[in-house]
Amino acid sequence: MEALVSSAIGMMTAAGVYLMLRQRTFPVIVGLTLLTYAVNVFLFTSGRLATNMPAIYGEGAPGYSDPLPQALVLTAIVISFGMTAVIVMMALGAFLEAGHDKVDMNDEDTPTDGGQK
Amino acid sequence: MSLALIAALPFIGALLPGLMIRSGKNACALVTGSVTALALLMLGLNAPAVLRGEVVQTRIEWIPSLGLNANFFLDGLGLLFAGLILGIGLLIILYARFYLAKSDPMGQFYTYLMLFQGAMVGIVLSDNILLLLVFWELTSLSSFLLIGYWKHLPEGRQGARMALTVTGGGGLAMIAGMLILGNIVGSYDLSVILENKEMIQASDWYLPALILILLGCFTKSAQFPFHFWLPHAMAAPTPVSAYLHSATMVKAGLFLMARMWPVLAGTPEWFYIVATIGLITMVMAAKIALFKDDLKALLAFSTVSHLGLITMLLGFGTAEAATVAVFHIINHATFKAALFMSAGIVDHEAHTRDLKRLGGLRTLMPITFTIVTIASLSMAGIPPLNGFLSKELMLEEAAHTTWMANPWLIGVLATIGALFSVAYSFRFIAHAFLGPVRSDYPSKPHDPGFGLWAAPALLAGLVILIGLFPMLTAAWLVNAAASAVTGEVIAVKITHWHGLYAPALWMSLAAIGGGLMLMGLHPRLMALWNATPRPEAKRIFDGVVEPFAALAGRIANRLHDGALTRYIAIGVLGIVGVSYYAFATATHSAGTRDLMPIQPVPALGWFALCLATAAIVIYHRQRLLTLVLVGIIGLMVSVGFAYFSAPDLALTQISVEVATIILMLLALNFLPKTTPSESTPTRRTWDGAVAVTAGVAIAVLAFALMTRDQAFSPISEYHITNSKPEGGGTNIVNVILVDFRGYDTFGEIIVLGIAALVIFALTEALLRAGPANDRLLAWTPDQRRAGDRHPMMLVVATRVILPIALMVGFFIFLRGHNEPGGGFIAGLIVAIALVMQYMASGFAWTAARQKIDYHALIACGILVAAATGIGAWFNGLPFLTSAFGYFTIWPLEEFELATALLFDIGVFLTVLGAVMLALASLSRIGLRAGETVNVQPFDIDPSEGRTLNSGEVR
Repeated sequence: MEALVSSAIGMMTAAGVYLMLRQRTFPVIVGLTLLTYAVNVFLFTSGRLATNMPAIYGEGAPGYSDPLPQALVLTAIVISFGMTAVIVMMALGAFLEAGHDKVDMNDEDTPTDGGQK
Repeated sequence: MSLALIAALPFIGALLPGLMIRSGKNACALVTGSVTALALLMLGLNAPAVLRGEVVQTRIEWIPSLGLNANFFLDGLGLLFAGLILGIGLLIILYARFYLAKSDPMGQFYTYLMLFQGAMVGIVLSDNILLLLVFWELTSLSSFLLIGYWKHLPEGRQGARMALTVTGGGGLAMIAGMLILGNIVGSYDLSVILENKEMIQASDWYLPALILILLGCFTKSAQFPFHFWLPHAMAAPTPVSAYLHSATMVKAGLFLMARMWPVLAGTPEWFYIVATIGLITMVMAAKIALFKDDLKALLAFSTVSHLGLITMLLGFGTAEAATVAVFHIINHATFKAALFMSAGIVDHEAHTRDLKRLGGLRTLMPITFTIVTIASLSMAGIPPLNGFLSKELMLEEAAHTTWMANPWLIGVLATIGALFSVAYSFRFIAHAFLGPVRSDYPSKPHDPGFGLWAAPALLAGLVILIGLFPMLTAAWLVNAAASAVTGEVIAVKITHWHGLYAPALWMSLAAIGGGLMLMGLHPRLMALWNATPRPEAKRIFDGVVEPFAALAGRIANRLHDGALTRYIAIGVLGIVGVSYYAFATATHSAGTRDLMPIQPVPALGWFALCLATAAIVIYHRQRLLTLVLVGIIGLMVSVGFAYFSAPDLALTQISVEVATIILMLLALNFLPKTTPSESTPTRRTWDGAVAVTAGVAIAVLAFALMTRDQAFSPISEYHITNSKPEGGGTNIVNVILVDFRGYDTFGEIIVLGIAALVIFALTEALLRAGPANDRLLAWTPDQRRAGDRHPMMLVVATRVILPIALMVGFFIFLRGHNEPGGGFIAGLIVAIALVMQYMASGFAWTAARQKIDYHALIACGILVAAATGIGAWFNGLPFLTSAFGYFTIWPLEEFELATALLFDIGVFLTVLGAVMLALASLSRIGLRAGETVNVQPFDIDPSEGRTLNSGEVR
């Protein structure tokens, strides 16, 4: 199972990074979402894999999976939702302001001197 | 505690003006002033003890390992300076209220002013030189903001930059000097350093430390050759000039010299550096001041000259001279601040400060004229005003000081400086106020309202009072401050008449006579001055700084070319490279942990996930399809969490998934529906290589991690053991969230709330007049709309689901402490239930039927969580320690109540508010883009077969 989980993490990371290297905002956001999945699952696996051992007290429980990474990942999931929402709005705002959804700045957008006087 | 509070009050007060400006300028000024007044009052409460000779102290450990303590102490010198800073600060706040124009953002001004005030008070009260340095740099930064307050003026921006470069550079030198000093003594506490004079002066490092510290002082106090920034800083609004550049900030350098006087002064090095620089500055600046036509420039150079005078007195190294220096600091602050404010009044009323365009204001502005006359005569050193008293004492000290075995050099030069001082003071009065009334003022001048002249008038009153009754009004303060500077008990005797044989009398008379003669010769001298070439400080400064700025700009532009994709590629490769280096240079063996056997059903889930991931990469240009595929991946991830014993994660993931997809769908409505194919095959191959590298690296890392046991026994053992006994819950993950690591959760809901507010603010910005708003108003949907956008079936179904969904949310929330669930998940479920109503009947229709303010929801959530945490304090426990108990109410079974539940309510409310605010913001954009407002819950009523919502209401 470990091989499956780690290969899934790798797949999601690779796809996420590839999409983040695209030049339009939407694929970048989707790529970031994929990367978020990968990172969350990776953090989760730092508690090692276990089946049928939820971290809930029960009579005759064979043991408990590591609850700490789960708690951290839980908040990470919610925070990444907030982050995704902000980025989506920024992308939308950038598109509406500029009329295009490219992520790279054009050459004419780059200041040429050291700064303003 | 009270000293730390005095220093902290202005910083706390800095938060208020921005809020209070909404209630009007008077309220804003009043609140700002009350904070300063409160700090002044607290200082006053400490004053009796200090005047008795005690030293008030507050000690707070901050970072003891660095020797950095937040220690404050108040002695006579600190009392004098803190009193000046807060007292004149209060007058400046009053003056600025009436000085600033309607168009100037007043809240911002007061915020900057309070930041500066706090930094200054911090400097004079610090008992730790590292802490002092922090405040020192803060004054440089806040004065940068204040000088550049009129951002639209290039002079303001350039002046601010120059001031920051010079004083900031000096500050860096001073940091080095202070560190050396701390190293010599072995402590960074001022009170310890001040007791080790012999050790410091015997050290080989004495001279480097002295020079570095003096660099900081001289740049800050505008001493030659660093004086040039001060005149350029006059581009600031006049209240700033009066406050920073006459009364307080430029005196920070003097303060530090006085503070360090007991350990640094008294050596030949100190005398020749400090006294000489002070003397040069005094004479040179006084001469330049005579030839300045701009009132503020004249006052600026005059300030430089007087600062030079005080520096020189400190440089003499005798207790008598230091006492005079302290006295002159008080006098200069009174008359110079009054003069700056008067110059501001003239500028405000006549719309010019150019002496060539002024004259004859005496009859037009009698009140201002009176104030200026009193203050100017004091600056000139005319008896019986306070400037005369300290000038006489200064001349007396100068006459008795020998420079390089030359007994009269300093006396003569000091007299010449005083002579120029008399001349420019008279010129200020004569050329601005005397003479015939002119007809060509840019604006017809008259005296301003009481609010504007009250502050300078008060200072002018002080000038007279101190002048007439120095022993009554000032001597006690001078004694306290001078005793603190010198470490001896000082009892000063200030008189107007020192007898016929006192050299000061004759020097004074020479200065006044010579000054009047210079005034008479002024037109001819001015012509000569204009004919002689002079080095232009600004051009030299720019010549030095510009190449560096250009170089920095080139490097920054080369590194930051605005290509996000390049940054990401570099970042990814960098992380992989560093990780590989760590892997390759260390020893390791294969993992020994037993692998879990692969089961068929999970393998199927893995296969679906991989398939969807690959499909996303292939079909990513079709954006709608991409979202469907993201949904599949998210679903598989949550199923995976469920399979691997993490039910809470599974529930959270799946509910977040729904909210995310809805959000992205709403946004996609306004974005292009496809991504154009624009990268070259080479580029795609390269990107693919980067991506695969990253993927392989993380996969290998994850596998290596999972096939090994933990290197250290995990701390979760503690959580597993104590979840029930200490947290009162059987769901360990939830107990960790709301109890063991409640502080993390508290921070995280705050972040979530901020994210939602950022989204709201972004939406506000988009909906303001501008290109985005124009685009929205001219929006034409690029996809065909459904004929029945709010179908009755969907409306009925969501209405039926709503109470059920709410109940599920409630159930999930309540059981969270013991079973999978909790505030996070419940918040998301309820949010989704509400969003379904939006989808069914439209945003406006739904919003009109539920009067919930999402901002308030977020705020309530955070406040409830905070209140729960604070509640623990009343039981003498740390923040967020939870309490729980078991109760029985017939006919229910025994149940548990825990304060963690309250905390979870806070989490619930914040999550709900944040999700709803984000989605509601997107809906507002939709409304602006021409979405119609429904009057009926659904579009078509099949029973009557007619369309209900057809109105094009925006």
